[in-house]
Amino acid sequence: MSTAKHSEPSEIELLLPWYAAGTLDPRESQQVEAAIANDPELAARYEWVRAELAQETHVSEAAGEPSGRDVKTLFAKIDALPTQKSRASIDLGARIAEFLAALSPRTLAWSAMAAALAIVLQAGLLAGIMLKERGAGGYETASVPANVSGDGAYVLLRFQPQASAADVANFLETNKLSIVGGPSAGGLYRVRVAPTKLAEADLKRIVNTLQDNKVVGFIAATE
Amino acid sequence: MPTTSDEVLIGRIAKSDRLAMEELYGRYRVPVYRFVLRMVRNAATAEDLNSDVFLDVWRQAGTFEGRSAVSTWIFSIARFKALNALQRRPMEELDDEKAGAIEDQADDPEIALAKKDKAAVLRACLLKLSAEHREIVNLVYYQHKSVEDVAGIVGIPEATVKTRMFYARKKLSELLTEQGIERGWP
Repeated sequence: MSTAKHSEPSEIELLLPWYAAGTLDPRESQQVEAAIANDPELAARYEWVRAELAQETHVSEAAGEPSGRDVKTLFAKIDALPTQKSRASIDLGARIAEFLAALSPRTLAWSAMAAALAIVLQAGLLAGIMLKERGAGGYETASVPANVSGDGAYVLLRFQPQASAADVANFLETNKLSIVGGPSAGGLYRVRVAPTKLAEADLKRIVNTLQDNKVVGFIAATE
Repeated sequence: MPTTSDEVLIGRIAKSDRLAMEELYGRYRVPVYRFVLRMVRNAATAEDLNSDVFLDVWRQAGTFEGRSAVSTWIFSIARFKALNALQRRPMEELDDEKAGAIEDQADDPEIALAKKDKAAVLRACLLKLSAEHREIVNLVYYQHKSVEDVAGIVGIPEATVKTRMFYARKKLSELLTEQGIERGWP
């Protein structure tokens, strides 16, 4: 893709943010993926898009949450409204029926995955997994308990939708990763890849290694 | 674990089911709050607007026709509330600009240090974007809304969504250049 004149962005370039966010349909996603693979300049720009996504996520999550009084405030406002509807009776049987009807096979699969991830997270915390840089080749485990609340090196990671719970669990275990947060609205998890802060180049090397794994849909360094 | 669809909850809310309202609110209170906060840049205002958004959801659930996803509908209400708030207090927005999480302190040693950190500079520049650009960047990057979803929330054609996002990124690039980081086009 030539962008030397920089007159108008190509359609593929316009789609880069949605490709990074994982919100393109499969056909568009494949087109962007192929274009990135064949155009180093576009690939370099995509790195910036990934950085933007990671930092927008950082900014948004740093904003915190509502104070905790918000639920009371909301229902106080609701209660202050003139009565306009009759209160519906809550039929427990109907609720259960709706609940079961809403559980698609996909939902069940993700439920299983969520349960598996929770187990992996707990196991990771108990085992005190630590990662230690070992040069260009990657990283290795150490037996020192992990510092789960202090410094560390982190990535934002979204799993491929088709990845099975077993694949994800295996990926986390093999690479000695710990999920420490998420998922966010877009299914992004905050994952610790090392117990201490790493140099940007070192973290990038880990990101590059992990992003080749088939279960990874998106990955970017974060703080 | 998601158990009941948003659409089912809206149907219940239309019948004044408070438990359904609590569940829907639990799902969206944080993402909507963060979206609104990125727009208005004031936590107290954002929290107030957040409850106003869901008050509208409560009142208007019966009119929801399902032409878009529930989340798209909720975010479009949130956007409307945020824009109204910004229009009501243009001068305050300027004040909030100064009080942003990362301030424009050209000679501050901390900023000088931060300039060495590309990520910190990028965050500072994201905070300096206009409301129109902050809105679309947050919807795409943080809320993970598709082109179609953003078009529904913002009320513009899908082609415009793509170009607006591009120009938001282009502006970001210009801001980065001002901070000494040249990343090329855009």
